[in-house]
Amino acid sequence: MAVRDHVAIAGLGITEMGKIYGRTATSFAAEAIVLALADAGLAKNDIDGLIVHANGSPEMNPMLQHALGLYDLTLVSSMTAFGSTPATMIELAGAAIEQGRAEVIVLVYADAPLQPARSSGASYTVQRPMEGMQGLPNALGMYGANAGYALATRRHMHLYGTTSEQLGAIAVAQRKWATLNDKAQMRTPLTLDDHQASRFIAEPLHLYDCCLVSNGAVAVIVTSPERARSLRQPPVYVHGVGQCAPGDSGRADRHPHVQTGATTSGRQALRTAGITLADLDVLELYDCYTYTVLVSLEDYGFCAKGEGGAFGSDGKLEPGGSLPCNTGGGQLSSFYMWGFTPLSEGVIQARGQGGERQVAKHDLVLVSGNGGVLNFHSTMILSPHAP
Amino acid sequence: MSDDAPIELAYDKPLPVPDAHSQPFFDGTVRGELMLQHCAACGQWMWPVRVRCIDCLSDDVRWEASAGLGTVYTFTIIHQVFHPGFASAVPYNVAQVDLDEGVRFLTHVVAVANDALRIGDRVRVEFERISDAVALPTCRLLA
Repeated sequence: MAVRDHVAIAGLGITEMGKIYGRTATSFAAEAIVLALADAGLAKNDIDGLIVHANGSPEMNPMLQHALGLYDLTLVSSMTAFGSTPATMIELAGAAIEQGRAEVIVLVYADAPLQPARSSGASYTVQRPMEGMQGLPNALGMYGANAGYALATRRHMHLYGTTSEQLGAIAVAQRKWATLNDKAQMRTPLTLDDHQASRFIAEPLHLYDCCLVSNGAVAVIVTSPERARSLRQPPVYVHGVGQCAPGDSGRADRHPHVQTGATTSGRQALRTAGITLADLDVLELYDCYTYTVLVSLEDYGFCAKGEGGAFGSDGKLEPGGSLPCNTGGGQLSSFYMWGFTPLSEGVIQARGQGGERQVAKHDLVLVSGNGGVLNFHSTMILSPHAP
Repeated sequence: MSDDAPIELAYDKPLPVPDAHSQPFFDGTVRGELMLQHCAACGQWMWPVRVRCIDCLSDDVRWEASAGLGTVYTFTIIHQVFHPGFASAVPYNVAQVDLDEGVRFLTHVVAVANDALRIGDRVRVEFERISDAVALPTCRLLA
């Protein structure tokens, strides 16, 4: 399998994150790549591949190679399956490395939606085109992802009795991790009372159920395992990859709100890695909302369907818990770089470079991605050990 | 503007603009009919407008009127003002309703208090006229 035998993560670059104004996504992307090259001990001219995570910023497209002065690349493209993209970026990179077409490939995500004197919500709320039926959601007052995830969360609460306090416990756990991460935007301790007292954005979601919005960038450099072993950092191997997009919720016979792609995606990733859930040491679960963590725990099979609320709220996800989850604070409390938030923290943990927040046993790290309103899902299994 | 021009209250929420693909739907809203695409080959109903049947990929897809009856699948109460046109509307509900034809669509349930709306409530589709060309499909609880 291409990824398993032909890819290692050799470099990681994370810029400052949050309310850093006056810079473009391109500027952040360039800085993250400079940091990742230095991290790996590579030079700009070593780069022969660039895969750009296309997203909200129109700057994030293959033309980025010109802005960065990259020449004669033998692999260049942009990709998007929303927050589930990194796994397929790594798969493509692995295929190119396997064929000897490219050897040092940069994967990059960057965004800069925040502006001074504008709320995070406003910065990230895109006015959809009003032509045709696609204009109906905005006409009805349905904006952005918040309302979509609120619809999903309410459905789960109805079916299984999940409570806002159980969601709040996930936010509290992740804030505890964030206090140990100097890259995190939110490092003030958060209590369950703070969560419950925070204003509703879209009921049942409170403010602290929703992720941050960040200006910044993350770059990851992948190369062959052989090359990685000659570089500055301990290589991180990709033992397994999976993806499943359950589709939209426009049919009454389909339920992606409460039955996500994590089940199939996780099964694929575990199978390709040749491991079981019980082998995993650290989880980096995509957490655009607290609910996404809860439903991912269920659909990966850590607990039965409907029991995610109780399962995730007893402290096991926190520092010192039995199932360390979102160990940098996640997108709820560190920074919001779509799938590159869990991927970057997964690399840090697998390397053993988490400092105060490092999990003692980190042989196998699960990284998930999710996108749309639970319409896309991906999974990667990372490890410091060669497969 | 002359003194005898009709007074128009500006509609300050986003206004959908019918296009060629969705014209039958919006024409229906103005008549008071919920028009949906229906596959003549396999019977699948669709929301929103699609290019072919989403079940069997047949292109023999026809606009037909829904009976307009359904069940609340889930809902949210929006508190954040994402568009100035809704500043006086918050907090308001947005709901997904499962029509009896098997389509799940986005709507607003009228004439119900935010704390009285329930998943499983039976509703009937009605329409809120917002321009000469467009009415919004809303729902009202069945008695």
